[in-house]
Amino acid sequence: MLLTPVSAVKPPLAGYRKLSQLQKPYINGYLIRGLRQIPCMVSTVKFRDRLEHVGVQWGIRRNSYMVLPGLYAAGSPGRQSPVLVTANYKLSFDMLRRELAGLDVWLLVLDTTGVNVWCAAGKGSFGTAELLRKLQQTRLDELVDHRQLILPQLGAVGVSAPEVLRRSGWRIAWGPVRAADLKAFLAAGLQKTAGMSRVRFGLGDRLRVAPLETVQAWPLPLAAVLAAALAAWLGGGRPWDYAWKTLLALGALWPLGSWLFPALLPVLPSRAFSVKGAVLGLLWALCMILLLQPGFWFALALILVSTSVTSFKAMNFTGATTFTSQTGAMLEVDKAIIPQLAGFAAAVVFAAIGFFAGFGV
Amino acid sequence: MEHAMKRWHYIRNGSSLKLDSERCIGCSACLQVCPHQVFGMQGRKAQILDRDACMECGACARNCPVQALQVQPGVGCVAAILIGKLRGTAPTCECGGSKGGACC
Ligand code: SF4
Ligand code: SF4
Repeated sequence: MLLTPVSAVKPPLAGYRKLSQLQKPYINGYLIRGLRQIPCMVSTVKFRDRLEHVGVQWGIRRNSYMVLPGLYAAGSPGRQSPVLVTANYKLSFDMLRRELAGLDVWLLVLDTTGVNVWCAAGKGSFGTAELLRKLQQTRLDELVDHRQLILPQLGAVGVSAPEVLRRSGWRIAWGPVRAADLKAFLAAGLQKTAGMSRVRFGLGDRLRVAPLETVQAWPLPLAAVLAAALAAWLGGGRPWDYAWKTLLALGALWPLGSWLFPALLPVLPSRAFSVKGAVLGLLWALCMILLLQPGFWFALALILVSTSVTSFKAMNFTGATTFTSQTGAMLEVDKAIIPQLAGFAAAVVFAAIGFFAGFGV
Repeated sequence: MEHAMKRWHYIRNGSSLKLDSERCIGCSACLQVCPHQVFGMQGRKAQILDRDACMECGACARNCPVQALQVQPGVGCVAAILIGKLRGTAPTCECGGSKGGACC
């Protein structure tokens, strides 16, 4: 193996425009194969990378978190080494290079504009056409003697293995869903266990999407503050009393929908997310009624607003799950949206009655 | 503790998946690609074992060599459906498209 430091390599390199583009923290040199120089990736994920990963979970740089597409070498791959294919979302790339430490493999990174394999496959950018294009651009066939590619199983949403075989002669083996299973999969001669092909959605997975849910639900705390201000203004003699109670009862719907709902997803009753959310919202309203002891109209308004808002928020969580279907989501929207809107409108009316009729707290 | 083998099911009959057993040649590609283990093999033919686990990702239909599978692929995302309804279009991911954002 010949490894040259990045600074020693002269442009131009096949497939890349500038040398400066290649001075990336995840590349530590070039593998020389004949006339070609293939970037070698670093197998350690550094503290800085981890910091970026946390940021991405909160939505920071989420739309531009990518690596250069093209062919990479992990370790010192040869003519019989396996070829893995992935997307150029840096978070997935980082997990992959950590899992590949100690292995000699080729890694073909498709250009999905920084979107992960599954979503990109759904949109078509991780697809048959892009795979064929990258195979051609990188002239991978010159570097290996076999014609076997390993793709992440979730890429099958966008890539048709029969079509790739027909049009290029490359065979596709579907690898495991999780990068962590890759070593076992390779060691077993490209055989998957049942657990390797199943998409999970455990507590950890669900809490990983919670930060983004929180950020995307920013109108909720805003609405709670406005409602509290309004309540203080309308509340007459005891403005602070009205304000903090409103703020507590409504403001809590924000973490309730973003954190507690994902955490409790499997234990809440019904398959419909709108029903699960409504149950959670109702439970919260009942807790608040016990604690704050509001008058009849305010209690009614609280039940309705908490139930309808949490139900709506919960329904939108379908977009973050790994198992909801479009046909199902359409069925759910058709049934749930009218009751949610009606419940919210009724809550506003009842709260107004509470204030103006003086039947309140 | 979370069960490692927890099976997730969304709305009952919420999938457009169809399998034409006549055409199936039993290659088991659909078993390989399905993320929710909807299929099983019954002798030399694939079989739908757990229809309600299907999320309509479309991987099976795309990889069946003889077009024995049919499914209307789409995003199981209520936000996308609501945006589509408001604009009078098909369900669409607001976060994707021109911005090239990471959806889902
Ligand atoms: S559409 Fe996706 S989830 Fe449904 S059966 Fe096919 S591969 Fe499985
Ligand atoms: S992929 Fe098609 S032909 Fe192969 S087992 Fe499944 S249904 Fe049958």
